[in-house]
Amino acid sequence: MKKTVLLGALTVAGLAAGASAAATLDDVKARGSLKCGVSTGLPGFSATDANGTWVGFDVDVCRAVAAAVLGDASKVEFTPLTTQTRFTALASGEIDMLARNTTWTFSRDNDLKLEFTGVNYYDGQGFMVPKDLGVSSAKDLDGATVCIQTGTTTELNLADFFRVNNISYEPVPIETNAEAQQQYLAGACDVYTTDASGLAATRATFEDPAGHVILPEIISKEPLGPAVRHGDNEWGDIVRWSLNAMIAAEELDVTSANVEEKAASDIPEVQRLLGTAGELGAMLGLEAGWAKAIISQVGNYGESFERNVGEATPIALARGLNAQWTDGGLLYAPPFR
Amino acid sequence: MSTFPETPKDGFRLSQLIYDTRYRSLTIQVVAMILLVLFFSWLVSNTIQNLSDLGKDFYFGFLSQPAGYDINQRLIEYSSESSHGRAALVGILNTILVAFLGCVLATILGIFAGVLRLSKNWLVSRLIAVYVEGFRNVPLLLWIIAIFAIMSEAMPQPRAFREGGGASMLLGDSVAVTNRGVYIPKPVWGDNSTILVGVFILSVIGIFIFRSYARKRQEATGDILPVFWISAALFFIPSVLAYYILGRPVTLDYPELGGFNFKGGLHLRNSLIALWLALSLYTGAFIAEIVRAGILSVSKGQTEAAYALGLRPGRTMNLVILPQALRVIIPPLISQFLNLTKNSSLAIAVGYMDVRATLGGITVNQTGRELEGILLLGLFYLVLSLVISGGMNIYNNSVKLKER
Repeated sequence: MKKTVLLGALTVAGLAAGASAAATLDDVKARGSLKCGVSTGLPGFSATDANGTWVGFDVDVCRAVAAAVLGDASKVEFTPLTTQTRFTALASGEIDMLARNTTWTFSRDNDLKLEFTGVNYYDGQGFMVPKDLGVSSAKDLDGATVCIQTGTTTELNLADFFRVNNISYEPVPIETNAEAQQQYLAGACDVYTTDASGLAATRATFEDPAGHVILPEIISKEPLGPAVRHGDNEWGDIVRWSLNAMIAAEELDVTSANVEEKAASDIPEVQRLLGTAGELGAMLGLEAGWAKAIISQVGNYGESFERNVGEATPIALARGLNAQWTDGGLLYAPPFR
Repeated sequence: MSTFPETPKDGFRLSQLIYDTRYRSLTIQVVAMILLVLFFSWLVSNTIQNLSDLGKDFYFGFLSQPAGYDINQRLIEYSSESSHGRAALVGILNTILVAFLGCVLATILGIFAGVLRLSKNWLVSRLIAVYVEGFRNVPLLLWIIAIFAIMSEAMPQPRAFREGGGASMLLGDSVAVTNRGVYIPKPVWGDNSTILVGVFILSVIGIFIFRSYARKRQEATGDILPVFWISAALFFIPSVLAYYILGRPVTLDYPELGGFNFKGGLHLRNSLIALWLALSLYTGAFIAEIVRAGILSVSKGQTEAAYALGLRPGRTMNLVILPQALRVIIPPLISQFLNLTKNSSLAIAVGYMDVRATLGGITVNQTGRELEGILLLGLFYLVLSLVISGGMNIYNNSVKLKER
C-alpha cells in the first residue's frame, strides 16, 4: 500500500514536472524534433499526401520553425487535432506550437492564455450550398440546416449572423472537416459554413466541385495564424519571426532557388535576414543561418502559398488579402533590423 | 520461597511501534494515512502551481457569461444570448432525456429478449441469442455510428418529399422519415387540457385502488375479478369521454414541408435516434442476460409445484417465478442503468448536444475553463448516478426477500 502510493506520487510528479517546464526551445532542441499541432485533414492546409507525409500551407509553418530551430524541416512530429482538442493540447504541453487554421481573437489571446504569433492567412467565414438549391444569398437561408465544426469562432459568428438578420437555422454540430464533408454531401445539411479558404479546399475534393457554390457573403474576419503557450516569450518570438522571415523573403525576392546567390548580395536587409551580416540569429538564440534554412528548405511565403493553395492547385485560391503590402495585400513583415 | 523478578517497567520504547504486534497495524495505518494526505495535498498544490504558471485562475464566473452558440435540441428556452450556465442546463436535460428514454426501452427489450431466449421454440431462442451476442460483443460506439450513418445516408432528403421527389410520408401523411431525423405529429395542449390530464391521473389512481380492492377480496373470498379488463376500461373510457366532452382540447400539429426542412411537428433528430436506439439495443442485450439468469435462478421445483397446484404457465411466470427472479435481477439492473447513463456521453460521436457537448465541449473550448468544466461535468454524472441508484435501491428494498 505505502509503496504503491509512493510510486504513484513519483510517477505523477515526473509527468507533471515535464508539463510545467517553461523553456520550450530547450525542450525542442533536446528532443531533436518539433511537436506541431495541425488539423485532422484540410487539403492544402494540412493533410497527408500519398506517401503519408504531412503537406500544406499550415504544415509549412511548422516546417519553417523546425528548419529555424533544428536546421531540418523534416524534424517535425505532427499531431492532428480537432477544433475541440487543439487548445487543451497546446496548454497541456502536448505540442510545442499550433498551426491549425486557428482564428486570432481577443478572448483566445487573453482568456485562453494563448499567444498568437502572427497571421499566415487572412480569411473570412463563408457559406457553401449545392447549386441546385437555387440560393444566391446567405440571407435566403431561413430555416436551413447548417453543418458547423464545434468549438470554433465560426460557430459564434453563425449564431450572431442569424440572430442579427432575424432568421432561423438548425445547427448540426460536427467534430472534423471530413465528417462535415460527408454530412454535407449526404444532404443531411443544406449548408456548410467555415472559413472561405476551408470551403474552397473542401470543395476541391468533391467529385463535382462545380455543383456547389460559395455564397458571396463573407460574414466575419478570420485572421488565421500559428499560436504558442502564453508566458514563453522566447519561443513565441522564434515562431513569430520564422513566419515573418517567410513573408520578408518574398518581399525581398529571396526564394528557395536563389537563396545561395542572394546570400552573397549586398542588400543590407537581405544580408541580415540570411545571416551574412548582423547577429539576428543569436538574438533569437538560434544559428546565424536560421532564416536561410527556412527559405532553402520550405521556401518563402509566396512559394508555399502557390505550392499548396495557389491558383495552379485544385483549391485555386487567389492571393487577395494575402498579397504583399506592396501588391495591395495585408502581408507586412516588420523590418529585419 | 521464590522472588519474582520485577517485570521491566521502563515504559514505551519507540521500536515497539514496529516490533510489537499491538502497535504495528496502527503504525502502518498512520503512515499510510500521512502519505495519502501528502499525496493529495501535493496533487492540489501542483494543480494550483501549474494553473498559475499558465496564468489561469480557478473561477466559475464564466457560467454567467453569454454562451454565444446555438443548440439544436433544447427542452427549455435557450438562445445564443443565454448564459453558459443555461447552456449547461440544456445539455443536462438532453442527457437526462436520452438516459431516461434509453433505460425505458432497454428494460422493455431486455425483459422480452430474456424471457424469449428461454423459449422452447428453437427458432425464437436462437434469433434472440443472435441479438444478444451480436449487441453485447460489439462496441457500443460502432452501433451508434452505424445507426447514425444508416439514418443520414440511406434516408431521403427533405426535398425528396416534394412532388415528384420519390419519397412519401408514412401513416397517413403524419410521419416523415428523412436523413435529418424523423418528424412526428406534436400534441398541442389547448384550453381545458389540464382538466383532461386531471381526469387521466384520477383514473390511474382509480386503477390502483381497484386492484388493491380486488386483491383483498380475492384473499377474503377466493373470487377472482377480471382485473385486467376492468383496469383497461378505467384507463381508457374516462379519458376518452372527457376528451370529447371538453371539445377535443388536445390537437395534433402535423409536420409539413416548408422551405429547406419540415416545419411543425416534433423533430426527433438523427443524433437522438441513433444514440437512443444504440444505447437501448446494447444495454437491452445485457439486461436480457440478467433477466435470463434471474429466471434460471428460481429452482425448477417452484415451477413444478405451481403446476401441481394447477396454475397455468402464464400465471406461474407472473405469480411464482418473476417475483422471486426480481430479487436477483434488480441489483445488476441498477448497474446497467448507470452504465447506460454514463455511456450516453458517447453522444460526442454523432453530435448529440448532451452536457458533455455543451458544458464539457463548446463551453470549455470557448472559455478555456477546462478544469472547472470537467469538474462540474464529473460532479453532474456523479450526482445523476447516485440519484438513479438511490431510486432503484428503494425499489429493490420493496421486492427483495423479506426475512421475518
